[in-house]
Amino acid sequence: MTNYDALIFEKSVTGRCGYSLPKGFASEFSLDTIDSVYKRDNAPLLPEVSEVDVVRHFSNISQKNFGVETGFYPLGSCTMKYNPKINDEIAANKTFNNIHPLQPASTVQGILKIHDELQKILSEISGLKEFSLNPYAGAHGELTGLMIMKKYHEDRADFKRNKVIVPDSAHGTNPASTAVCGMEVIEIKSNANGRVDLAALKAVLSDEVAGMMLTNPNTLGVFENDICEISKLVHESGGLMYYDGANLNAILGKARPGDMGFDIMHINLHKTFSTPHGGGGPGSGPVGVCDKLVDLLPNPRVKKMEDYYYVQTDALAIGRISSHFGNFLVWLRAYCYVLTLGREQLGKVGELATLNANYIQEALKKDYKSPLSGYSMHECVFDGLVDQSTGVRTLDVAKRLLDYGMHAPTIYFPLLFHQSIMIEPTETESKQTLDKFIEIMKKIAQEAKTDPDMLKSAPHDTYVRRIDEVFAAKKMILTYTDYLNYLNE
Amino acid sequence: MFKYFPHTDSDIEAMKKSLSIKTIDELFEDVPKGVFFSREYQVPEMMSETEIRTYFENLAKENKELVCFAGLGTYDHYSPAVIPFLTSRQEFLTAYTPYQPEVSQGTLQYIFEYQSMIQALTGMDNSNASMYDGATATAEACFMAEAITRRKKILISKTVNPLTADVVKTYAHYKGLEIEFVPAKDGGTDWNALQDLANSDIAALVVQKPNFFGVIEAFDQAAQIMHNVGALLIENADISTLGVLKTPRADGADIACGDCQSLGVPMAFGGPSLGYMATIKTHVRRIPGRICGLSFDIDGKRAFVLTLQAREQHIRREKANSNICSNQSLMALYVTIYLSLMGSSGLSRVNELSYEGAHYLAEKLVKTGKFKLAFAKPFLKEFTLETLISTPLIQEALLKNGFLGGLPLQEFGEEYENLISFAVTEKRTKAEIDRLVSVLEGLS
Repeated sequence: MTNYDALIFEKSVTGRCGYSLPKGFASEFSLDTIDSVYKRDNAPLLPEVSEVDVVRHFSNISQKNFGVETGFYPLGSCTMKYNPKINDEIAANKTFNNIHPLQPASTVQGILKIHDELQKILSEISGLKEFSLNPYAGAHGELTGLMIMKKYHEDRADFKRNKVIVPDSAHGTNPASTAVCGMEVIEIKSNANGRVDLAALKAVLSDEVAGMMLTNPNTLGVFENDICEISKLVHESGGLMYYDGANLNAILGKARPGDMGFDIMHINLHKTFSTPHGGGGPGSGPVGVCDKLVDLLPNPRVKKMEDYYYVQTDALAIGRISSHFGNFLVWLRAYCYVLTLGREQLGKVGELATLNANYIQEALKKDYKSPLSGYSMHECVFDGLVDQSTGVRTLDVAKRLLDYGMHAPTIYFPLLFHQSIMIEPTETESKQTLDKFIEIMKKIAQEAKTDPDMLKSAPHDTYVRRIDEVFAAKKMILTYTDYLNYLNE
Repeated sequence: MFKYFPHTDSDIEAMKKSLSIKTIDELFEDVPKGVFFSREYQVPEMMSETEIRTYFENLAKENKELVCFAGLGTYDHYSPAVIPFLTSRQEFLTAYTPYQPEVSQGTLQYIFEYQSMIQALTGMDNSNASMYDGATATAEACFMAEAITRRKKILISKTVNPLTADVVKTYAHYKGLEIEFVPAKDGGTDWNALQDLANSDIAALVVQKPNFFGVIEAFDQAAQIMHNVGALLIENADISTLGVLKTPRADGADIACGDCQSLGVPMAFGGPSLGYMATIKTHVRRIPGRICGLSFDIDGKRAFVLTLQAREQHIRREKANSNICSNQSLMALYVTIYLSLMGSSGLSRVNELSYEGAHYLAEKLVKTGKFKLAFAKPFLKEFTLETLISTPLIQEALLKNGFLGGLPLQEFGEEYENLISFAVTEKRTKAEIDRLVSVLEGLS
């Protein structure tokens, strides 16, 4: 890790610049002639740095980051698989980058074809009828899907249906998306196996229920084996089933949401379809629907007549949820990924991801508490160390892993357990990498017994150590200007 | 054997043995028999890397690269060569959200720098870590206004880009917010009409700078009218133009938002881009999305963390005011590098050159006698012309000659039948402009 320690603003020297712009040819027209009431009265505080300064600065700070190519990144529920380089090469194509989104359809037939082909593939993989690629991210897909659910009922003049059932194990986005879509959340408790409790479900079903959101496998990494019964119950009461695609990687090649009775779903292309997470985006969250909901998909839509693709906005649709067709360069990468795997390999993703997770679960269950029985799917969950007497918590284990050059798993989620550690290895990791991870996790369990204080102050070998989060929240230094003010306090 | 799956046959055998299973399918015992998927997906056969390259090269050729005189929210600005080299560094590209700050200082630091730059350009107090795009940021700003004022009615100026307004309308409909449009007059918002619509039910007014027609409006009156009734002013501003134009803060806006595509982000058929959102200190705890803050580690070393997370969905669940759980992080990096290279002088120069080119083109087109400026109002890089010639016909003629734009505005509303929109950035040369003008001179 680098010792470089500067903000780009601190590299600024008056009079430096990092750009080259043309000379211009029409100086008879001058911005100076615009009335000063329309203009800013001071120059914005931006750094003045040379191109070399910029390149060195960002190269140096990049080295304070851990990426999938740095090492094992078993972050549960995030599917940190390898992000293939060919996808990036295709996405860097000059033509794809130089297309204005309002170009007439006749000049973007290639892009519209990619859209159509990818949505067909996603439909086949999901067992649904059609996908829109417009949503920008998983949470955006959820919101879009819930709008479709709400509009389906509104269009049937069934205005009472304003409640969405969400299991207590769900990601926080599920209830948040429901609320943002103007509906109420009914949370139902999980049963002892971490699955939907059928009795609890039956108790809340009514003619006020718009539908149910479910992740399958769920956030505990177990498959909802009553899924057919759950879908049947929700459908019989007049509701729709929403599939949160966060954990789709587990079932690639093994099961399809449409076949389980789901009517609407989103897919996180940045998880299952290998597009890079980019430090938190851009992602892509296509939404798919069953036959009877196709007309409700958001505008704009890509349609095909014979061999010609065209763009349509439809009055029946839920409306527009993005200016254009979403994150094109992201779904382009996903298409490249699917074509690289093809029908021969795509179906193997789920089984290898699941094999990897179970291998870890089995190997670690002597040292880490396994709160669930049976096989896990693509990720496994532990509830802290078996030996809790040392006072070493999940946070300490996670921080210690950083010292050993591995990224930490997801911690303190799912919320159902107090010391959750959620490990998702993905199919792109080898047995050797898993063995190394297992060895380190066991070593940490030993360290918890022999040197608990050392774990409680981990990490020791990272660029910075544990950070004072209370100070950050209290002082609210959120910009360079805030920081200058703080220094002058 | 497949390049993304490292498992050898003997690895798989050893792993199965450790689990005491004979087939991997045994791990899927919870999948009901009726839904177990036992055939191959009906998708294309796998391609080699060479085949992939050829396939996508051919697909790329099925699109036409045009000399861009189109705008309406997406602009063909210059993008420095440095940017893609830095943004494709794997440490930035392949990392997840900075959940473990000790190994995410790179991401966190550039988010802090990004927030600082958005703050500087908008003049507001604080920015979040970025959002999906300008339109969704505007919709989220309306939700924020609802939460702050506890009122459910949003006014949108008719001079706001209809694509943005449509997204706001969709979000508002499902959230249960009411929308009303403030009419336009002579290419600007009709402030008298706004005065009539303003009352204590209004949560906020949304305006845009420069507006849909390219016109630069003054918003001090808008701010006053809104603040008098306890409502907020939401200003959607083209962030690039804020290098020279009055800041949303100086306009009296409570929330500034918009798209950052104009900061050198490739047009890329509309995505990925990113939206920005900034506000005043009073409202910072109501802002949606990620926020990065400065702090220190236990050794006293300066460090960055995600902060004020009690606002967010993973803590507040259904009580959260937004469901967003990411930002467009890599695109925020894009913008941070762009603004570092350009600085305030570069951004000024971009606006000066765009201004010169746009006014040069406008004057030439008006001189043909076939066009006149639709509005006698100041503009920067984008303007609207009125013509008696069919605007789709104009577009067709330009397309044939390799130009995109002017864009006919009739696609956005029948009332715009005779209007056509042009945008000129610093990338456009005199030769390109003269050629475009000569194409249009030949039209009748």
